[in-house]
Amino acid sequence: MSTETDAIQQLANQEYKWGFVTDIEADAAPKGLSEGIVRFISAKKNEPEWLLEWRLKAYRHWLTMTEPRWPNVRYNRIDYQDIVYYSAPKQKKQLKSLTEVDPELLRTYEKLGISLQEQERLSGVAVDAVFDSVSVATTFKDKLKELGIVFCSFSEAVREHPDLVREHLGSVVPAGDNFFAALNAAVFSDGSFCYVPKGVRCPMELSTYFRINAADTGQFERTLIVAEEGSYVSYLEGCTAPMRDNNQLHAAVVELIALGDNAQIKYSTVQNWYPGDKEGRGGIYNFVTKRGKCAGKNSKISWTQVETGSAVTWKYPSVLLQGENSVGEFYSVAVVNNYQQADTGTKMIHIGKNTRSTIVSKGISAGRGQNSYRGLVDVKKNATNSRNFSQCDSLLLGDKCGAHTFPYIEVKNTSSKVEHEASTSKIGEDQIFYCKQRGLSTEDAVNLIVNGFCKEVFRELPMEFAVEAQKLLGVSLEGSVG
Amino acid sequence: MLEITNLHASINGTEILKGINLKVNAGEVHAIMGPNGSGKSTLAQVLAGRDAYEVTQGEVTYEGKNLFDLAPEERAREGVFLAFQYPVEIPGVNNTYFLKAALNAIRKHKGLEELDAVDFLQLVKEKMKLMEIDESLLNRSVNEGFSGGEKKRNEIFHMAVLQPKLAILDETDSGLDIDALRVVADGVNKLRRKDNAVLVVTHYQRLLNYIVPDFVHVLMDGRIVKSGGKELALQLEEKGYDWVKVEVDRQPVQV
Repeated sequence: MSTETDAIQQLANQEYKWGFVTDIEADAAPKGLSEGIVRFISAKKNEPEWLLEWRLKAYRHWLTMTEPRWPNVRYNRIDYQDIVYYSAPKQKKQLKSLTEVDPELLRTYEKLGISLQEQERLSGVAVDAVFDSVSVATTFKDKLKELGIVFCSFSEAVREHPDLVREHLGSVVPAGDNFFAALNAAVFSDGSFCYVPKGVRCPMELSTYFRINAADTGQFERTLIVAEEGSYVSYLEGCTAPMRDNNQLHAAVVELIALGDNAQIKYSTVQNWYPGDKEGRGGIYNFVTKRGKCAGKNSKISWTQVETGSAVTWKYPSVLLQGENSVGEFYSVAVVNNYQQADTGTKMIHIGKNTRSTIVSKGISAGRGQNSYRGLVDVKKNATNSRNFSQCDSLLLGDKCGAHTFPYIEVKNTSSKVEHEASTSKIGEDQIFYCKQRGLSTEDAVNLIVNGFCKEVFRELPMEFAVEAQKLLGVSLEGSVG
Repeated sequence: MLEITNLHASINGTEILKGINLKVNAGEVHAIMGPNGSGKSTLAQVLAGRDAYEVTQGEVTYEGKNLFDLAPEERAREGVFLAFQYPVEIPGVNNTYFLKAALNAIRKHKGLEELDAVDFLQLVKEKMKLMEIDESLLNRSVNEGFSGGEKKRNEIFHMAVLQPKLAILDETDSGLDIDALRVVADGVNKLRRKDNAVLVVTHYQRLLNYIVPDFVHVLMDGRIVKSGGKELALQLEEKGYDWVKVEVDRQPVQV
């Protein structure tokens, strides 16, 4: 084996840097799942009857379903009775400002480099921090309020805007959509809610940091974003999780609704859940359902994701293109290292006329990682003159990893056009040598080449997120990406 | 500056260099000429530190140091520059960004302060003018989609920005039309100084019309079989490599 390959291997073997546990006494449900637990969660959150009924219906449906086995991933069977479905940091009273937040919690955020104070100072980013399932602090709310934008935790939305929640909850991802979506519907603990009224352009990037903390706590987040006619919102979701020995299940649901004509939603994710150790022990199971609906004419939904974490990832942010001329986009970077596995991609369902979709997927595999792109482009009969362009590129670092592509294309009319391009390349010794001959270290060379490979996706990220994305890429592959 | 003594190198067990001896002083331009397969490019790659080649025997001293003790990037930072015969494409990596990273790696090694974006851009603009480089090359990805001529020009541009002590030009003339050849040669000439040296590896004499060497060496079958002044290149052009071959066969060369 050449020295380059050795060096890549060494760099790829960097430990997860952000593994630490915050000691906050959790107010948790006992392990296991039953109708009683669903009722417990609902009661804990003082939910209205209709929501409890919705949860119970989902739970009963879930009981009839079986865990999907079709993804190209392998993991130990999940014992759903061995999971704690609710855990919340104890809070004595409602918090008015950051100074009232548990200092331990604030220190945790500081370690992550996302201290709320800093976020507040930076302005332009409003943070709704989700820590162990319950939102503890929300900033910039007043500014948003003036514009009529609702941005709050899911629980608060249920309390303050029950009609909005009731109208849209489950309208894109029904409670019984799939095994994990049904589980989420039954036990979801909290999440974020955003509503942008007609004609309003949200002036700042909305951001939520999720973080798994208490041991053995599955995270069941639920996000719902509704954009009315002519409105625009850009939403950022970012995650890091502390080191853990036991596998943890993360089954979130995200629903986006571009409701009116010309409505636009941009959803960006940087995901860095704990990927497990070098031998593949531990790590998060990330089984997420993300789907958006372009209901209005000329509406647009854009998903951008940078996935560097989790032991096993299984997710397909999708867009239902209903409105005429509506646009769906999916930009993705998925990195797997060591024994990580990812089966990710998108579904673009063209229903309305002249709908367009773009898919750019960049998979990077290192160590013994296995990366699969799975995408569906489904152009229905009435979706005349629709267009899709898909590009799926894979980059391999080393010779023990794998890249797989599963494109599914269905076109039911003759006026639509679908294009698919795919490539697989190995990071070239020629490229690395060229960089080294110009004075760059192997580490810098790999960073440069990998970042170049992902450029088309990174430039879709909001500026403040692009830097973080490169950093996370660095942590999971080499050390530090400049 | 550079002293090569009895250098042997092989790739996959096949010996390519069979005892090279060469001394290059600061301020000199040496041309290494030879037929295809004589080991010219191998010599260039071995000096730059390509690890596909195994050095089996001999020594190379560069600025008083054992060159083989230095990793490729250390050699680069110490001032060894290779203009590649086939410059490598790095998709998505901006040429200017790449050069800035390279220059700052070298500056850091020398204990100099890293250049910020403003100072760097000023330097780049200056060198761009000198090299008659089109501004669009700066904003494109490193060598991606460049024509053959653009790639070679970009190599010399890199050299102008990085200002090496020892520049090795590996068949920089191949694939260039006469105008591009002149631009590339002009660039190299403008960079000639008393304290740096250039090793021009080439198959044809024509580049040497523009970059006039102090010494010409003929490489055949892994050895330097003949050395002389710039007139040797003209003789080669006229009589071909067979002429040297005949001469060599008649009279064994001392190693």
